[in-house]
Amino acid sequence: MNLLEIRKILKTKTVGIAGCGGLGSNCAIALARAGIGKLIIADFDIIEKSNLNRQYYFIDQIGESKSLALKNNILKTNQNIEVIKHNVFIDENNFYQIFINCDIIIEAFDNTESKEMIVKAMHKFFPDKKLIMGIGMSGYGKNNIIKQNIYDNIIICGDQISETSYNMPPIAPRVGIVANMQANAVLEILLK
Amino acid sequence: MKITLNNKIETFDRSTLTMGELMNIKNFTYKKIIVKVNNKIVEPHEYDSTIINENDNIVVLHLLAGG
Repeated sequence: MNLLEIRKILKTKTVGIAGCGGLGSNCAIALARAGIGKLIIADFDIIEKSNLNRQYYFIDQIGESKSLALKNNILKTNQNIEVIKHNVFIDENNFYQIFINCDIIIEAFDNTESKEMIVKAMHKFFPDKKLIMGIGMSGYGKNNIIKQNIYDNIIICGDQISETSYNMPPIAPRVGIVANMQANAVLEILLK
Repeated sequence: MKITLNNKIETFDRSTLTMGELMNIKNFTYKKIIVKVNNKIVEPHEYDSTIINENDNIVVLHLLAGG
């Protein structure tokens, strides 16, 4: 497919991004640049200085809500994209309403409770939609173990072993790799 | 008994197996786990009462913090 054909298809698609932190913000920018027609983004959090080591925000956005700041940053990279933002904590009660119109959904949470919630909510509400998860992207190096695995409708990007901890913090390069792998997996599915 | 576990075919030298026994045999002791048997989610309190059958498709996902 040439670039024009690719963009024509992507223009008609809607991608949901659950979480606007390291994975969500970087994945959203990649999808915006690729030419996705509509992005639905959701996060309750505000931008802190400590987020800037990996998240796609800027110094003058510290203190802003992530969903609003990400919408603004997306529109700075591609104006021909519709962005719907939800400044909410995503849970099983609002998940359906937020993501019902998405062709595919990105899991971009940092905590395991929310990752568990989204797997179960997808299973319950959208059993035929694909969920692209990011699992295992903390620390640095180890390029060779970052991979993608597919389990039914769940696609996992990451090394599936490097959990965030005091001595294994999330840092821009590896988080960015996995976020971009998630975006890449989206394109592969949408363009099939 | 032959099952598919996380996309790999595995054989166990026994005629009956519960999900709880499988978790022990494979040493799946992670803090946050999603278990699916034939695309149905099995909760931790159901592990011991869930019987694994020949050719079942089992997915055990280990969820990690970070993102």
